[in-house]
Amino acid sequence: MATPAKRKIFWICWGLLSVAIGGYLSAGLLLKSAASNPLLSPARAMLLPGKTSHGHYQIELACESCHTSAFGGRDVVQASCERCHAQELKDAVDKHPSSKFTDPRNAELAEKLDATLCVTCHVEHRPEITHGMGVTLAGDFCFHCHQDIAKDRPSHAGMAFDTCNSAGCHKFHDNRALYEDFLAKHLDEPSLLGRASLPARNFRELAADFPGYPADRFPLKPQSTTDAPAHLMKSQDVAADWLATAHARSGVNCSGCHQAEKNGAKHWVERPDHKVCAVCHEPESKGFLAGKHGMRLAEGLTHMTPRLARQPMHAKASDTELGCTTCHGAHRFDTRKAAVEACAGCHRDEHTAAYERSPHYALWKKELAGEAPPGSGVSCATCHLPRTEYRAPGLDVQRVLVQHNQNDNLRPNEKMIRPVCMNCHGLGFAIDALADRRLVTGNFAGKPGAHIKSLEMTAQRARAVEEKRRQRKAAAAQKQ
Amino acid sequence: MKTKWAVVTVLAAGGITAALPAHAQVSYKDMADALHAVMESDRTVYTRMVVNRLANQDKVIKASEHFKDDKALPLPAQMFRFGAEMVAEKKLPFSYSLQSMWPINKQNAPKTALEKKGLDAVAKDNTKPFYGEETLGKTKYFTAIYADKAVAPACVTCHNEHKDSPKTDFKIGQTMGGVVLRIPMK
Ligand code: HEC
Repeated sequence: MATPAKRKIFWICWGLLSVAIGGYLSAGLLLKSAASNPLLSPARAMLLPGKTSHGHYQIELACESCHTSAFGGRDVVQASCERCHAQELKDAVDKHPSSKFTDPRNAELAEKLDATLCVTCHVEHRPEITHGMGVTLAGDFCFHCHQDIAKDRPSHAGMAFDTCNSAGCHKFHDNRALYEDFLAKHLDEPSLLGRASLPARNFRELAADFPGYPADRFPLKPQSTTDAPAHLMKSQDVAADWLATAHARSGVNCSGCHQAEKNGAKHWVERPDHKVCAVCHEPESKGFLAGKHGMRLAEGLTHMTPRLARQPMHAKASDTELGCTTCHGAHRFDTRKAAVEACAGCHRDEHTAAYERSPHYALWKKELAGEAPPGSGVSCATCHLPRTEYRAPGLDVQRVLVQHNQNDNLRPNEKMIRPVCMNCHGLGFAIDALADRRLVTGNFAGKPGAHIKSLEMTAQRARAVEEKRRQRKAAAAQKQ
Repeated sequence: MKTKWAVVTVLAAGGITAALPAHAQVSYKDMADALHAVMESDRTVYTRMVVNRLANQDKVIKASEHFKDDKALPLPAQMFRFGAEMVAEKKLPFSYSLQSMWPINKQNAPKTALEKKGLDAVAKDNTKPFYGEETLGKTKYFTAIYADKAVAPACVTCHNEHKDSPKTDFKIGQTMGGVVLRIPMK
């Protein structure tokens, strides 16, 4: 039996410990800085109500990113979803915008599935019910509103409702490559179109016209000597690397990136960050911050590192911090290196490992060797950091921009069909290839194993419509 | 366009919310008629002065359902729908849509019993609107339905030829559908 004194000490210790644990957890919960504080972030992790999906796990400890206010409920979270995702949905001509569900005409349907809020279908912190695309509904959710589809499209009779958006035919939000008239335009294309080449980048030609381009500081004139203070130029390699770049050819000298101004005083910045790049490369930087490489920085956390990734990564790269120069390499800014070597330096999944055995890589090697024209090789970046048409706000020229959010076209992968695959491949082949999981994992070494029938269905319907039209015309002619 | 919408917004925000209870100065019907007058005028202006002029008369640009991909003009019905969707985003106390009993876009088919009744009524007699009240979800609405008539030959040919059109014998002057306008009642 413990003596009263011992018992007292026990109670005091127990009390202190409780206060300490409570204090630790509260600090983890309430201090915003806890998310990137190595001491406090475990406290946050303990309080996480469940792991988040593949889309958000990198910032899951930055609770305030989504839960901007402790009070306010779903509307507050919705505003956070829209902060990052509204524009991409707009660009994708979202087929199910919230206005569809607030429309009083759909009140009855909206009672079954009220998708005015993202969380109706994408609940976070629920890994046990989270499917592909972060969807937390049962896979046959289309049924709620489209159960009568066979009336309108007899060809769809008997199709299971969990195949609408899993069989390579329809998507809930983005159908830019899958709508009927688009299919109809690309019915009989060969698997290879024979015009394999990507749009060429054109920033150099257009830079001076771009709003915000600091042409006064960096006139687009070739440079031949470095302007860094001599004592900082420890190695001539740096100068040589820089001289070979578009930066040197376009008037961006050392001071362009390394010199900063604070309160009117100039000082030298040894390691400029993405914000410096963004002075000229704003849309690229925006893309980077929106994707998995940069989203931690965007939310005020520490850099992303492969150690933090859920996907398989090379151990030697575990602590590589991801910024612009991680892939682009300071001074040299070799986009070819950034397009393959940089990716393969960290990523260790099957798809990446299989790249070297793919026909895409063979084309890339040819391009590097100068045996094939620029834009004909297929690197990691060709598909994952695609060249897209970009119109700067307030400007009429069209720029070919590299989309630096490598997640932008990744899920569902049908998003790649138009901006990526169809630069070289016919539509039917692209649909089949992307729907074949094994082919994707094996990095497209081989032929699609299955065939999606949407093109045939489109052709069949077009023939039926044409036949009806013909009959109608014939009947009208007979009447006259 | 802009000033018209400013008028609509002021009418809607100020008129409906402030002035419509028991001592209403503007009745639901008047409000609906006013809103529709703006919609109908804009629709006609766009059809005549943009689509018909540039696509059919001067033939400098096409109008296409897939106007983005085809680098063409949006169709009049799409123009109307985009406006309606933008209004819906503003969460104002009214909503509207262009519908038809013979819709190309099946989303434009009547859904509620009152819509069916109203579209039927304006198809039979397109000289006067149809008014009614209905409860959808938990809200009671004043619903007005106005005939949408084939005002130009293009309306008829395009719809009659369209692969998704269930009716292929529209004639000029006929009702092709209707504008359904809803105001939640206090
Ligand atoms: C070039 C083809 C074309 C022309 C011209 C055209 N329409 Fe349409 N109309 C369409 C299409 C396509 C839709 C479906 C749009 C959508 O996605 O909501 C439509 C929709 C409609 C609807 C809604 C019901 C439905 O069919 O989906 C009505 C009503 C309508 N049009 C009436 C008219 C009238 C009246 C005119 C002339 C002022 C006209 N249309 C001119 C192609 C056309």
